[in-house]
Amino acid sequence: MEKFTTLNSIAVPLDRANVDTDAIIPKQFLKSIKRSGFGPNLFDEWRYLDHGEIGMDNSKRPLNPDFILNNSKYTGAQILLARENFGCGSSREHAPWALEDYGFKVIIAPSFADIFYNNCFKNGILPIVLSNDIMDDLFAYVGEIVIDLETQSVTTTSNTYSFEVDGERKRRLADGLDDITLTLKYEGDIRHFEIEYFKQYPWL
Amino acid sequence: MAQTLYDKLMSVHIVREQDGTTLIYIDRQLIHEVTSPQAFEGLALANRKPWRIEANLAVPDHNVPTTERSSGVSGIKDPISRLQVETLDKNCEEFEINQIPMNDIRQGIVHVIGPEQGATLPGMSIVCGDSHTSTHGALGAMAFGIGTSEVEHVLATGCLWQSKAKNLKIEVNGALNPHVSAKDIALYIIGQIGTAGGSGHAIEFCGSTIKDLSIEGRMTLCNMAIEAGARVGMVAVDQKTIDYVEGRPFSPTGENWTKAVDYWQTLHSDEGAFFDKTLVINASNIQLQVTWGTSPEMVIDINGSVPDPSKESDPVKAKSIRNALSYIHLEPNTLISSVEIDKVFIGSCTNSRIEDLRAAAAVVKGKKIADNVKLALVVPGSGLIKKQAEEEGLDIIFTDAGFEWREPGCSMCLAMNADKLEVGERCASTSNRNFEGRQGQGSFTHLVSPAIAAATAIAGHFSGV
Repeated sequence: MEKFTTLNSIAVPLDRANVDTDAIIPKQFLKSIKRSGFGPNLFDEWRYLDHGEIGMDNSKRPLNPDFILNNSKYTGAQILLARENFGCGSSREHAPWALEDYGFKVIIAPSFADIFYNNCFKNGILPIVLSNDIMDDLFAYVGEIVIDLETQSVTTTSNTYSFEVDGERKRRLADGLDDITLTLKYEGDIRHFEIEYFKQYPWL
Repeated sequence: MAQTLYDKLMSVHIVREQDGTTLIYIDRQLIHEVTSPQAFEGLALANRKPWRIEANLAVPDHNVPTTERSSGVSGIKDPISRLQVETLDKNCEEFEINQIPMNDIRQGIVHVIGPEQGATLPGMSIVCGDSHTSTHGALGAMAFGIGTSEVEHVLATGCLWQSKAKNLKIEVNGALNPHVSAKDIALYIIGQIGTAGGSGHAIEFCGSTIKDLSIEGRMTLCNMAIEAGARVGMVAVDQKTIDYVEGRPFSPTGENWTKAVDYWQTLHSDEGAFFDKTLVINASNIQLQVTWGTSPEMVIDINGSVPDPSKESDPVKAKSIRNALSYIHLEPNTLISSVEIDKVFIGSCTNSRIEDLRAAAAVVKGKKIADNVKLALVVPGSGLIKKQAEEEGLDIIFTDAGFEWREPGCSMCLAMNADKLEVGERCASTSNRNFEGRQGQGSFTHLVSPAIAAATAIAGHFSGV
């Protein structure tokens, strides 16, 4: 996983509440058994005018000119601004895979659905929670935004906002560490736990 | 110190704590074909083996056809669906994981077969790469959905990093109105607290109404906890739970059974335990529910009307209402009971258990589906439920009325298999999500209970029982 330190980018404002993971990546694309290549189908039903299926040449499909991701002024944006309860619904990790594959590294919203929030960290995406008032400011803001994980700050030309992230997640994101390797350092603890646990709950 | 049920189950499973997160031990991982291939691939690439093979149980459900299956996996028409099911077969063989394959009578929806097989036991920590894993909390287990990286993590380490959730108590008291079911309770609650109302919380459902629900009803309720934003929904263990678990294939026996029951009887919140939030609901306020929009919180009584965005003072909410109405092709203030439907789906991990099928059959018995209903499907949650229903003659009641009686699977809940809605079709569905495109691109989903789905199929428009 790539290390996350700072990011300097413009942001795409997606002004909708309760954006669910079905909308982020529709179910027909979940049939892939790979982890990559979901970016062209990110927000597929909003982004294209036709019906998308796996294996189509997305470069030849008609784009929906009204969908914000298709607005050329946001080309290359690595920050997504969203509203309440972003990523609700299905647990599919294909949602952060699609966001990451498209190029988003940071998502800022007033709240996230729990499973989606967890999944972001596993894929090098930093989900940032800021208040509704600050979100309104950011939605109105035009220009580059600087995200600094170390200082836990979001900076525009006129303001700096700080955000919370728990220490362990921050460390893993900053170091680009693989969770499994880290956990297996505690193999002894897990084995030790099991001895007592299965003595107490022998039916498990 | 007095503890909640969730706190008890968290503390029993803690392997290690550090810096705000906790490494918890996982007793059971349920696996299906959609969210596991990349996890197995990761395991193979890193040359890792499953930590504890017997903790895992796999079953294909999302992609399986619900029509004729005699030619097995090779008979799945969609090559991409077939590849996913084949990949699960291959991975389970390679990693020696116990799988209930597609044509086994025990096959079914992962959240139906877990409890049915006794693979879900009270007190367990249970995960699955599927958000509706909250279902298993109905048996007093701590169960939640995870992403694919976490599936791989649990396979490799037997554990998972978690931050502790807050506790939300939802107490429902009193007798339910006629025909009001667990599904109506779930939709009513989501209508009250919203789809983010339970975010960051584990919900414990309690109160006399919940105690009176069957285990199947409790599963329906806990299943929908995720639609209220809570990863965990649970109900304390009582005699019904213990009776349900007894004698199932994976359940303990002999001396272990006695020990287990002694422990399970402690699985309830202590008197005076602290809940961060509490919601008390009077069951008599709950009427039959129908969703009108594109989020489960967009729900009204069967006698109600579609909301009018011009009467909503909150601009974000008004915009959501307008977006939803525009997508779902309904006008403000329309009586929901006047809205005609094209298809009916009775099934999914929410409502495909024997009790659900009985409730629907009781409504359709001796009647016929309306002429405007193009398709009405009944999809049992497992092969064993299908068999039981057939022994009770429910299949004949459904087929005589014009319903199709199918093989078990996720079916029309999520349009990953051949069962889906066409553009512009409207469906009364007993599933759990009415998001845009959920049952097929450009289609309209209205969530209801099995009894309403049945009554609606007969009437041709939304209808109470």
